[in-house]
Amino acid sequence: MELDSLYQEVILDHYKHPLNKGLSEKYGVQVHHINPSCGDEITLNLSIEAGIVKSITWDGVGCSISQASVSIVSDLLINKTLEQAGSITDVFVELMHSKGMKEGDPTILEDAVALAGVSKFPARIKCALLGWMAFKDAAVRIKQLKESENRGSN
Amino acid sequence: MSLDVATIRKDFPIFNRTVRDGKKLIYLDSGATSQKPNSVIEAEGDFYRFHNAAVHRGAHQLAEEATDAYESARSKVASFLGAKAEEIVFTKGATESLNLIAYAMGNAPSGSRFAITPKDRIVVTEMEHHANLIPWQQLAARTGAQLSWFDVLPNGRLDLSSIHTVITENTKVVALTHQSNVLGTINPLDAIVARAHEVGAVVVLDACQSVPHMPIDVKTLGVDFLVFSGHKAIGPTGVGVLWSSVLEDLPPFLFGGSMIENVTMESATWAPAPKRFEAGVPNMAQAVGLGAAIDYLNTIGMEKIHQHELQLTKYFLEQLQKVPTLKIIGPTDLDLRGSCISFTVGQIHPHDLGQYLDSQGLAVRTGHHCAWPLTRKLGVPATTRASLYLYNQEEECDLLVNAIVNAQKYFA
Repeated sequence: MELDSLYQEVILDHYKHPLNKGLSEKYGVQVHHINPSCGDEITLNLSIEAGIVKSITWDGVGCSISQASVSIVSDLLINKTLEQAGSITDVFVELMHSKGMKEGDPTILEDAVALAGVSKFPARIKCALLGWMAFKDAAVRIKQLKESENRGSN
Repeated sequence: MSLDVATIRKDFPIFNRTVRDGKKLIYLDSGATSQKPNSVIEAEGDFYRFHNAAVHRGAHQLAEEATDAYESARSKVASFLGAKAEEIVFTKGATESLNLIAYAMGNAPSGSRFAITPKDRIVVTEMEHHANLIPWQQLAARTGAQLSWFDVLPNGRLDLSSIHTVITENTKVVALTHQSNVLGTINPLDAIVARAHEVGAVVVLDACQSVPHMPIDVKTLGVDFLVFSGHKAIGPTGVGVLWSSVLEDLPPFLFGGSMIENVTMESATWAPAPKRFEAGVPNMAQAVGLGAAIDYLNTIGMEKIHQHELQLTKYFLEQLQKVPTLKIIGPTDLDLRGSCISFTVGQIHPHDLGQYLDSQGLAVRTGHHCAWPLTRKLGVPATTRASLYLYNQEEECDLLVNAIVNAQKYFA
């Protein structure tokens, strides 16, 4: 059934056994994102070292799609440069807007290709994007923070 | 005495279609918007087909017919509420009606009974829809007045024990919902109205979830303002109603054509109510459609609709509570309770449950239902809501219960 393309096993797995859930004590930046239409909320901590993502931890409430998606983000983007993480995010966003016409490249997106079915359910795309948008926001802020630190130390 | 639901459903063409690969549509989302009978769809279409012209203007036959149709819709709304035609203002929706009241009060000159100053208090409740909360938050922010509210108890009822400390001598307005769109709770009004009037405050009633579902007589309620939306009462979208017995003292909100008495380059004076509050060419076809909706509801009979929904709500509450881990969020008895039924099911997130139900043809609402402070207070991030109307029937409850049980297996 169509529903199975939305709720793939790997998604329900991430939902039931989320990765990196529980906020780290130390972090570079912390962001809080809300999905105003449904009330899903996540807080995400991001740490980087020399431009490479070292840690993403998070906590939140929401549906299986939003929670699985942020679990996937927190695993997939570790040890990527901010630039790589940004382009992976772009690939994922494009997949979400594909209206079910794309399968997604598993060599880039890994577990996130399991979310491809979400693109057929317009009301759920924002659920799948919540964690990615939080990461994107955190990445922008941490970059600004590092730049201002660098300016300060000069 | 009971409703002939099978016959009623034939009047609503949407029930002829299927959803999600041939599934029968089970529509349990009338709290968000109701479906429309043919007579309403035709009345709106016929206005455009045969009578379309700008009302209250133009020296031609069509303008005359359009004005007649529009004003006759106003009279229908008035008698539906036990009110006078000049007490009825058409807006584009209940949200606009509530904003109209809040902005008009904000425009009131000092000395007016409606003028709000930093010394005044505005009272709402914790169970308000955002549309009856944010306009008052904003009015308080603009005027420096204090915003206070009645708490909601864990049983889904208002805590009225604090009525004398919440509605104080300096309270100017008490705005509350008649029936919660989340909990189904119907708020008792007598004590609140009496206390508000004792201190000289006006009572604004959000009746979006009550007017479509039960007989309403504004004189019996004793409130000063009542609003509802057409589309939740089997009428078209884009039309709402503001009723008030104190419109004459209220300054306008929107300015423009039609709402004036006299205009010079320097200034203007206002037409009497209700025209003072209907600037611009109004939503004529939608008002006429709402008139047809009221005709339809009157033909069935509001008391019969109310009794039908009570019976149905009783059955839904009984059957739903048999489902393991299902928890009703709101009153579980029928005393002062309407047909919006919110619930949670174990650890299944409402969006996931709603998605599963949708795959079975069941349309429900999930989320915070535009009452975020309420769901926060109740400690649930979101709920699933089934909301009923005259075209719903017991077998739909059985299908809902069955689908919830299957969803539990699916997400186990």
